Amino acid sequence: MTSIHSGARFVNIGERTNVTGSAKFKKLVMAGDYPAAIEVARQQVENGAQVIDVNMDEGLLDAVHAMTTYLKLITAEPDIARVPVMIDSSKWDVIEAGLKCVSGKPIVNSISMKEGVEPFLAQARKCMEYGAAVVVMAFDETGQADTRERKIEICSRAYQLLTGIGFPPEDIIFDPNVFAVATGIEEHDRYGLDFIEAVVEIRKACPHVHFSGGLSNLSFSFRGNETVRRAMHSVFLYHAIPAGLDMAIVNAGQLDVYDQIDPALREACEDVIMMRRPGVGEDGKTSTERLIELAESFKGKDTVAEKAAEEWRGWDVVKRIEHALVRGIDAYVVEDTEEARAAIQARGGRPIEVIEGPLMGGMNVVGDLFGSGKMFLPQVVKSARVMKKAVAHLIPFIEAEKDAGAKAKGRIIMATVKGDVHDIGKNIVGVVLQCNGYEVIDLGVMVPWSKILESANENDADIIGLSGLITPSLDEMVTVAEEMQRAEMTIPLLIGGATTSKVHTALRIDPAYKGPVVHVLDASRAVGVASQLLSDTQAEPFVASVANEYEKVRVAREGKGQSELLGIADARANALAPDFAQKPGAPLQPGLHVFADWDLEELVETFDWTPFFRAWELAGNYPAILDDEVVGESARSLFADAKAMLAKIVEEKWLTAKGVCAFWPAAAKGDDVIVGTGAMDPQVVYDAIQQGVHEGPDFVQLPFLRQQVKKSRGRANFCLSDFVDPAGDWLGGFAVGIHGIEPHLERFQAAHDDYSDILLKALADRFAEAFAERLHQHVRTKLWGYAPDEQFTNVALIREEYRGIRPAPGYPACPDHSLKPILFDLLKASDNAGITLTESQAMLPTAAVSGFYFGHPESQYFGVARIGRDQLEDYAERRDVDLAEAERWLRPNLD
Amino acid sequence: MSAREQFLAEAAKRILITDGAFGTEIQRWKLSEADYAGDLGLSHDQKGNNDILALTKPEVPESIHRAYFEAGADIAETNTFSANRISQADYGAEHLVREINLESAKLARRLADEYQAKDGRPRFVAGAIGPTNKTLSLSPDVNDPGYREIDWDELVDVYREQAAALVEGGADFILIETVFDTLNAKAGIMAVRHLEAELGREVPIMMSMTLTDLSGRNLSGHTVEAFWHAVRHAKPVTIGLNCSFGATQLRPHVKTLSELADTLIMIYPNAGLPNELGAYDEMPETTAGFVGEWAVAGQVNVLGGCCGSTPDHIAAMAQKVAGLPPRHLPRLEPVTRLAGLEPFTMVG
Repeated sequence: MTSIHSGARFVNIGERTNVTGSAKFKKLVMAGDYPAAIEVARQQVENGAQVIDVNMDEGLLDAVHAMTTYLKLITAEPDIARVPVMIDSSKWDVIEAGLKCVSGKPIVNSISMKEGVEPFLAQARKCMEYGAAVVVMAFDETGQADTRERKIEICSRAYQLLTGIGFPPEDIIFDPNVFAVATGIEEHDRYGLDFIEAVVEIRKACPHVHFSGGLSNLSFSFRGNETVRRAMHSVFLYHAIPAGLDMAIVNAGQLDVYDQIDPALREACEDVIMMRRPGVGEDGKTSTERLIELAESFKGKDTVAEKAAEEWRGWDVVKRIEHALVRGIDAYVVEDTEEARAAIQARGGRPIEVIEGPLMGGMNVVGDLFGSGKMFLPQVVKSARVMKKAVAHLIPFIEAEKDAGAKAKGRIIMATVKGDVHDIGKNIVGVVLQCNGYEVIDLGVMVPWSKILESANENDADIIGLSGLITPSLDEMVTVAEEMQRAEMTIPLLIGGATTSKVHTALRIDPAYKGPVVHVLDASRAVGVASQLLSDTQAEPFVASVANEYEKVRVAREGKGQSELLGIADARANALAPDFAQKPGAPLQPGLHVFADWDLEELVETFDWTPFFRAWELAGNYPAILDDEVVGESARSLFADAKAMLAKIVEEKWLTAKGVCAFWPAAAKGDDVIVGTGAMDPQVVYDAIQQGVHEGPDFVQLPFLRQQVKKSRGRANFCLSDFVDPAGDWLGGFAVGIHGIEPHLERFQAAHDDYSDILLKALADRFAEAFAERLHQHVRTKLWGYAPDEQFTNVALIREEYRGIRPAPGYPACPDHSLKPILFDLLKASDNAGITLTESQAMLPTAAVSGFYFGHPESQYFGVARIGRDQLEDYAERRDVDLAEAERWLRPNLD
Repeated sequence: MSAREQFLAEAAKRILITDGAFGTEIQRWKLSEADYAGDLGLSHDQKGNNDILALTKPEVPESIHRAYFEAGADIAETNTFSANRISQADYGAEHLVREINLESAKLARRLADEYQAKDGRPRFVAGAIGPTNKTLSLSPDVNDPGYREIDWDELVDVYREQAAALVEGGADFILIETVFDTLNAKAGIMAVRHLEAELGREVPIMMSMTLTDLSGRNLSGHTVEAFWHAVRHAKPVTIGLNCSFGATQLRPHVKTLSELADTLIMIYPNAGLPNELGAYDEMPETTAGFVGEWAVAGQVNVLGGCCGSTPDHIAAMAQKVAGLPPRHLPRLEPVTRLAGLEPFTMVG
């Protein structure tokens, strides 16, 4: 729309965020609908505004409040805040309040000598101290400058005064007042031309200054006739910009391309604005009268309103499909795919050619963009959704044909191993591989090794890929590798998932299987690894180089002097001795508490978003990630989709948050904590534990592990039992789970919508974490109540600045997953929260969190890390399990 | 000659050296809580309150200042990074803000004068003002992006109190450093303007931004160029970068700033990036090698160190740049330089 300025040094100011200029914006602000009001600014910037003008001068508004609120809110929107702000008000207090909120260098709009020189200079000094450029209205004590001479006089005087106090001349922007022309009053006829001529003169007299003007005044007499107004604005700018006008407050929709204005109308506008035919012409009319007459014939026409169809829809079908894949637009893909199929069929081709041709072509573009870092995972998954929809449309046609089936690049079996239920990462890898032309057979979660091997043989698979999130899965992967060796298989084995590592793969899995074993760090590497492994020429050198690398890891590990371990007795002697005078009191509400349906909306408020982005392999912390140079755009789009789904989850109640927590009288006994579960008086429990008579169903022993790595600087060798007073104390436990996800996942899978599938799972995980955090807070402030007055922001909660910890079995402070069944029995978690455990102690539903509550102020998270054989043996005895079983659970902590 | 004029005169002759880290140097003293607390009778644990040592164990900052002067520093930065009412409130020591700053500045002034008297080479005192732990342009509450923990007027007051005591104690400049939020820095500038009005004389500003990501933005999201546009009205004696990362990561941003700013450039990076154990292990010669490249390229006027740097690092830098010509100040066209998070320039 504003192409008349292209190439000029004209500044495009967004003026829709102005209550005096936009009825829509005014309505939003008056109604307090700031989110929608922010979108107005976003559209302005997206449409090319280089500066955003914000004006809240409306009699019924608290303008200071509205201005500061709005400016603070747009500060939080990086794609708006990237451009400078123009703080626009006729009231100085509104401007100054705005200056206190704007972090860049803004423009103040405006100040003038209306109230005299002293207030003018005082405001100018303030602008210097805040660091702002300023619009100076051509206004003095006697009034607004109307004529050319008055404009020049006032602006020159203001320039002398400002530069006299050291105001940088380049930070002065004069507004010499655009007034209405063609009003029928003869004195007004020169207003347009006077403005333009004044700009030329002031520019000569006042080096480095800029000029601005509000355009809508000019055409004021033609209110309601948008065609004429647009033409007048464009004609005015056409002449004023070369004269020196740098910026104008004008709606881009209120401009025409100069060359495309109706020639008769343009002529009439130029006559009026530029005073080309002063006085009465041969026809007995003035220029103004001629324009008014002509204007009648343009009433009601609005050429701009004809909204152009989306341009890309006019492209040929192959380009359309590519565009849809790259942009992840699924709205037209079925009709486009059908069009391509029909065209191919018409020339005697086969439906599979649509996949081999345009679809794979488009996905190759996506793959290239992803590989070169120009597209990010959420976008690729969206592309895959489009692809899947297209393929789903073609499948009936392909199946109707015999002997069809494109040769995939390779067939890959993927599975989350037995005992583990986590599959977000595996699904992402599967999508990425499929996008790149591999056939993926996904066996799902909790898949035993026998089924993996069987399926690989039946399907003549080229690669097996294993995934797992919890530490016991590492052992299960070793088992799969051993079984593959036993079956004398030779195909490559890929290892991935959050707890897997190159070191573990090299030390434990690789030696178990003679075929190639490769640890894949993240989804983006999966394609590279698969393509090399299946290449005729590259496979051998790649396998050799990986084997060599793992050998190096093993050698380095062997030669590496490991940190020195203390004997368990010495480690215990160096236990933490906290001040038990500080221990929390008895719970205000002891016993067991069940929460059948926690308010989802409240949980959304406590979301920790950073891990959500990490699940999508977008690196960075929320909210900074939204403004990240590299992944910001991708993160924002993902975030918007997540927000939209969250709204539905809450509104339509897709999920149910169930939880349970309980508190028990407890006392430490060595590295164990003994809790009393009966209805006994706590003192009776304490006495029994101290006297060693804590047998029977009313007592439960919780054995914990102690750090054995030798500490320096007087640091203790921690064990969780250190935080519990041997003379009598309290311990809590909890389990929370998010239920009801399955029907929705089924729905997404039926719609071939991996993106929504993964999104929902990732959000369910966030709900579970938020529930755990929120419940912990409820425990601290209300149920246990040892910190009734704590006040933390969400950020502080995420940083765990509060008192007390909630370590979970299977995590560093308590690495033995097999404590989970004990905790679950104590909580009756299956009955009370519907959460069950797999044989590897993974929780079902997958989005679940459990743990113990320790309330002592000195309690803290730590990692048990490596332990010695002596503790292992002692632990097996305390747990009353055989050594081999203890070894299996604690393997990650053993040498 | 005013401090600004004298500093500019020295900077025209050679590349000047500012000092290095205090925090990591103080750690080496392995002070106990009692050492920090002294006999002030404060209710909170004072361990880690480095700034309060000016009152309770002044021999610690004194010995560190001495070590840096011995290493060749021209500037002493006062040990007052957190000596503002907001940060000191965490230690229950907000009533001691004036005293801490006053004593810290007096100490640095005394030592600067002592070393200047020895060899006649001018030494300067920069009164260091940290960003506080509150931010004017970010909400700590993800669900309420319009919320702020502090407002402009409050922060201006906090800074003014600190700056006044530093100047009273003899600081030549107010160094607004480690700027992670550009709006906080602007409040700092305003505070100094208020102080100037009270004192009736100029209080020159030094300004140093810290980057929080490798693309070259600070926490409030400003690029180096946008930051310069936003604070240029301070007419700072020096503008620059500190902390952030090591020198290698700062390199492109030093070049950018050097080309943009018509004032002296002061850079004091960390001694590399911390290792897995959180310790800085970049060798003095290595750091000096990196910053030496900037000196050779004519991009800097003042060099020094931030986290992890030691008197050895400063000595190595001083040696490396001795005899090298200082950067020439570019002359800038008088065009309008505006900024959002990104810079915007209107041509004349």
